[in-house]
Amino acid sequence: MTSQAPNSQERVYSVYVGPFDPCPPVPCKTYVVPPHLFLGFQPPNLPQFNLTEALRIGTLWPALYSTYTPHIRGGN
Amino acid sequence: MWVYEKKLQYPVRVCKCDVRMAKYLIEQYGGADGELAAALRYMNQRYTIPGKVIGVLNDISTEELAHLEMIATMVYKLTKDATVQQLEEAGLGAHYVNHDSALYYENAGGVPWTAAYIQAKGDPIADLYEDIAAEEKARATYQWLINMTDDVDLQDSLKFLREREIVHSQRFREAVEILKEDREYKRVF
Repeated sequence: MTSQAPNSQERVYSVYVGPFDPCPPVPCKTYVVPPHLFLGFQPPNLPQFNLTEALRIGTLWPALYSTYTPHIRGGN
Repeated sequence: MWVYEKKLQYPVRVCKCDVRMAKYLIEQYGGADGELAAALRYMNQRYTIPGKVIGVLNDISTEELAHLEMIATMVYKLTKDATVQQLEEAGLGAHYVNHDSALYYENAGGVPWTAAYIQAKGDPIADLYEDIAAEEKARATYQWLINMTDDVDLQDSLKFLREREIVHSQRFREAVEILKEDREYKRVF
């Protein structure tokens, strides 16, 4: 198991590549670990986005903000 | 009771005529981890959960209905002007035969929604853990949906919905923490 920088919202793991795999192997796969998994009970007085920004992205708190970039196995 | 506000929670814009996406988006409309399942699950579980966390289930289930409306809008926009041939090419031929362009509570594979998708165990921890799992599954579904389209406007709305799943998951996790705490017991000492 390999992992990226601890603050990254993505984790990488390597996958066994068999000698007779029918399709081109994808040696590394990723999954998302959004920030709420590490927050615990939300502490008071966290920094906030401004209201326009918060309404656009769906959360008031940067601590809960998770970006998602389209990611397709085998390339976009 | 509820008060209805005649606008969407977040604007839904679809800039690409891609009927295929309508078939996939239906997963979040009438699928096992979709918005309807989420709304009905929480709205039902709230009766038999400790008072301290009823509000969380009530508020989140209400918001899920707002999300349901957004998904419905996306699907409607993508299918309202589609020809029968376009529907058929998008894999919606069977849907057309049964429903024309009407929306229906079914998953991306055309399987109708069923109450068997949701549980109410009556155990607060079991129910909240199911709710957390439901939010993570919905988040994942939104990720795969975002991957399936290059329509940036549609992606934008889907990213908003994905972020809301994260916030909901956080609130359910906090609800578990509230129920784990035994404040009244501590007061005895």
